[in-house]
Amino acid sequence: MAKVLVVTSGKGGVGKTTSTAALGAALAQSGQSVVVVDFDVGLRNLDLVMGAERRVVFDLINVVQGVAKLPQALIRDKRLENLWLLPASQTRDKDALTDEGVGRVIAELRSRFDWILCDSPAGIERGATLAMRYADEAVIVTNPEVSSVRDSDRIIGMLDSKTVRAERGERVEKHVLITRYDPARAARGEMLNIDDILEILATPLLGIIPESQDVLKASNVGTPVTLNNAESAPARAYIDASRRLMGEEVAMVVPAERKGFMNRLLGRRAA
Amino acid sequence: MSLNLLRLFGGRNATAPVARERLQILLAHERGLLGQSDLLVTLREEILAVVSKHVALDPDKVMVKLERGKTVSTLEVDIEVPNNFDKKAPAERRMAG
Repeated sequence: MAKVLVVTSGKGGVGKTTSTAALGAALAQSGQSVVVVDFDVGLRNLDLVMGAERRVVFDLINVVQGVAKLPQALIRDKRLENLWLLPASQTRDKDALTDEGVGRVIAELRSRFDWILCDSPAGIERGATLAMRYADEAVIVTNPEVSSVRDSDRIIGMLDSKTVRAERGERVEKHVLITRYDPARAARGEMLNIDDILEILATPLLGIIPESQDVLKASNVGTPVTLNNAESAPARAYIDASRRLMGEEVAMVVPAERKGFMNRLLGRRAA
Repeated sequence: MSLNLLRLFGGRNATAPVARERLQILLAHERGLLGQSDLLVTLREEILAVVSKHVALDPDKVMVKLERGKTVSTLEVDIEVPNNFDKKAPAERRMAG
């Protein structure tokens, strides 16, 4: 059965688009059929992170308004045949999206894909509420930093009240994804640690993505980090997170970079 | 233990506990206010409507507050009425009728 998953955060710049692309690609790499949907109308970027910016013809708004049919707007990934992108409009504004129109598109996507990943815009306004509106599950992307944790708390409250599931008295399954985590700084008490964040947000953990230069390298070339270098620390963390989304039990570790001097010297390879 | 030792040595840099405490205090407050904001707005409007049938009220002088406790929460309604409200009420009623 298809699952609709919103990737959200409240705060901007914490890694929603990076995480949508990386989780979408990781799910597709394990054989699931996946569509990533950009809800950031007016400021789309998922196309760029996915490396499909020059292939956008029609977008979500065109489909919502009936100007284009869904198959005309869907862009197939060049690397993975079961990964698709539904881009946002760059020229329209967020008011062009309607609750009813989004509901129709999501219903049609449900019949075609295993996973529908909705990349939410920042903020708590229309774009963000519509991105979460039809979600079955939510990934709340959080940086170990006070303003991000506060905004995540706010978004969790909205997931529990403003979604279709919440209105029906059902639950949206929520997961926290901690990004840009630096285990060394957390150990020195310079950064909120995982337990602090989870205790404050009272929401289960999906994964811990370490701060890494590989994330920028991947977005520079328009490739999801899990495809660009599957052995890198953030890629391994995203792959683990995607397996947890599929219901697997995966031990929670913070993957470390593998290019340490000692590791190279010993030719070590972690599992 | 090792974490505590690290914190002891890096004591000056250990700002994370401050962040944690600030967040806990802030969110305990905000969850009370924001989490129930729709409910409180509705309650405030309806209370205002009911009382206004009988008393002329300044809408800005109606406060509705919900405080969440561990086992029970308290709903606090604070309405400021003018001193001559009981004289004004019949006039209002005549006007409405």
